[in-house]
Amino acid sequence: MLRPKFFKDHPREMRNAMSVMGPAADHYLHPHLLGIEGLTPGEISLILDRAQHYAEKNRSADKTSNILAGATVVNLFYENSTRTLTSFELAAKRLGADVINMTVGTSSVKKGETLIDTAMTLNAMNPDALVVRHGDSGAVKLLSEKVNCAVLNAGDGRHEHPTQALLDALTIRRHKGRLHRLNVAICGDIAHSRVARSNILLLNTMGSRVRLVAPPTLIPSKIDRMGVEIFHDMEEGLKDCDIVMMLRLQLERMEGSFIPSVREYFHFHGLDRAKLANAKPDALIMHPGPMNRGVEIDSEVADDVERSVIREQVEMGVAVRMAALELLVQNHRKMGGQA
Amino acid sequence: MSPAIRAKGAGKKAFINARLLDPVKQTEEKGGLLIEDDTILKSGPDITESTVPDGFEIIDLGGACLAPGLVDMRAQLREPGFEHQETIETAGKSAAIGGVTTIIALPNTDPVIDDVAGVEFIARRARKVGLAKVFVYGAVSKGIEGQEITEMGLLHQAGAVAFCDGVKTIASARLLRQALAYSTFFDGMIIQHPEEPELSKGASMNSGELATRLGLSGVSPLAEVIQIERDLRLVEMTGGRLHFAHISTGESVEVIRKAKKRGLKVTCDTAPPYFALNENAVSDYRTFAKLSPPLRSEDDRQAIVAGLADGTIDAIASDHNPQDADSKRLPFAQAAAGAVGFETLLPMALELYHNGHMSLLDVITKLTRIPAELVRIKGAGTLSEGTAADLVIFDLDRPWKVDPYQFHSKSKNSPFDGRLTQGRVLRTFIDGREVFSEGA
Repeated sequence: MLRPKFFKDHPREMRNAMSVMGPAADHYLHPHLLGIEGLTPGEISLILDRAQHYAEKNRSADKTSNILAGATVVNLFYENSTRTLTSFELAAKRLGADVINMTVGTSSVKKGETLIDTAMTLNAMNPDALVVRHGDSGAVKLLSEKVNCAVLNAGDGRHEHPTQALLDALTIRRHKGRLHRLNVAICGDIAHSRVARSNILLLNTMGSRVRLVAPPTLIPSKIDRMGVEIFHDMEEGLKDCDIVMMLRLQLERMEGSFIPSVREYFHFHGLDRAKLANAKPDALIMHPGPMNRGVEIDSEVADDVERSVIREQVEMGVAVRMAALELLVQNHRKMGGQA
Repeated sequence: MSPAIRAKGAGKKAFINARLLDPVKQTEEKGGLLIEDDTILKSGPDITESTVPDGFEIIDLGGACLAPGLVDMRAQLREPGFEHQETIETAGKSAAIGGVTTIIALPNTDPVIDDVAGVEFIARRARKVGLAKVFVYGAVSKGIEGQEITEMGLLHQAGAVAFCDGVKTIASARLLRQALAYSTFFDGMIIQHPEEPELSKGASMNSGELATRLGLSGVSPLAEVIQIERDLRLVEMTGGRLHFAHISTGESVEVIRKAKKRGLKVTCDTAPPYFALNENAVSDYRTFAKLSPPLRSEDDRQAIVAGLADGTIDAIASDHNPQDADSKRLPFAQAAAGAVGFETLLPMALELYHNGHMSLLDVITKLTRIPAELVRIKGAGTLSEGTAADLVIFDLDRPWKVDPYQFHSKSKNSPFDGRLTQGRVLRTFIDGREVFSEGA
């Protein structure tokens, strides 16, 4: 099987022809990045173009720059995370910013009471950007209203996780050469997934078709109104897909019986070679991580070097976060510190 | 038994040139009303400037509406236990501005109003404050824990007008059955917050497209009607009197409409948010629009309006639920549910009239006579001769913008913040005493 070509490998005429959503925007004019909702195709392309630049730079010997020298980036994480936190930290450091990580315990139920206080306290130290992850939907937006620095949503509840959708988009674009007219199947725990919501918004904005594949209990009410097709049968749902995006089963967020057992879940909705055979032969396999091997994805397909781009997603994560931090902090500086 | 304030020497007053709204006689006419001290002497079209007897202070209303003071059958005063959110005094001031002269308070205070001492405490405090007349519901279960019934008979004797478990659903079928059956011997009424608790666990708004987009866990609107349908069977079984509070969905209206046709002793009320707002008010995680039950879809809102218009929904209550800023300035899922309601009750209800859904008299009847009758409070919600001079005078058309920071309630959590509305209370009288006058 041939490796799909990278976008940059196509001749220029063809790249232009593929870009039905118009050119990249000249500016990203928002003070924050709270979600994909509200972003135009041009703005998304702008971030991705910039990220593509960093993706190349990150593979070179000269990984760092001083573009954000002197800037302070605070990573404020109310949920445990190793991958995203590391990715953001690395992104900020490669741009030359000073980084502080604050991981706030999740044990206290009353943590929200201190959310605004924490925001105000951090704000008083004049950071240039706050990267925030919180277990409650809308919490990052609430916080953004109380500070005057750029706020980057690193995941809020089951609402949005914009940098994840952007890094997924960059990975797809590098392999498929486009973000439109693709059939993308997002499979698994849609109900508890902010990744799914951000990806639906982004892929719809860029002109692709999204299908959701999950048991009925993991499909949130009226999600079809977001412009997606719904499948409960995985083989049917994967038919002729260009992209198979698996989600992590978030057992820790489940109250009550969403699925009878992990074994049954894997039997019907776990991705294995047999189910994958329904997708296009060159379909990409994606997963936002961390993977539950043997729960939503079989190791055989997860580690398939021909089709799985899971590790590349991690790599693109750093590039996308560098692009987002750069755009936001520069906006913030231009506005004289008034986000 | 009644915690009424008996004012001495309020004097003789004649209100003339009024648009009289009498929910008992069911008349709306130009006329006047005479009061002496705390009592209504007479009302009717024949009371004009020339016919007022000597010795009466003449108050010319210049065509403003004159109606019985509003009877609010669902409100939380938060005292005792939550005085940082509201007290009987601040609630009384807020009610006076809203034209509310009789309040029936929920028992979910700390301590819970589940014994005679609690009922007496509220009555004593309200008498001392001397604003709205405050009655209470007794708790159905001890400590509102949903296990054993309270001393309902004794509570009733002490003045509890009916029974409810505050903002909690009476979930146990056994408990509700016993409460309904037991209360029949003194014609007691049980008030249910109809929301199936298992289905609504952990939910913070109405389920549907918006909840999905916002990533908030939603409760299906069916959780309400599922509870109502079960409870109707218990009413049938026991012959008790059951009232559903703040109903919010079209399905509920439909089911109650049918039950009433079958002759069951069920009644219900709703609150302004459920006929004036829909779930879109939650967009952008506005915690002031987080209510229980949650705001519903536009279809449901319209069904509630229709239910009010055709009489399926008996009464309108404020559902006054004060929450301090710290309880609301939180991520949506963690924020407290509820909204203050006294000061917007009348204007929001008047929107039903201004929008052509109901007659003015119907709106006033649902705010006065009917709630008073449901909880068996005699002499409230009426302009009849010999009853207490509890009156509200309002300008039907006056436009204004809702600004909760002008509210007299201790809490400012109004989902109507910034709304342009029409109709404003000018003066409020309780037992002939003026407790609120615009501009005073």
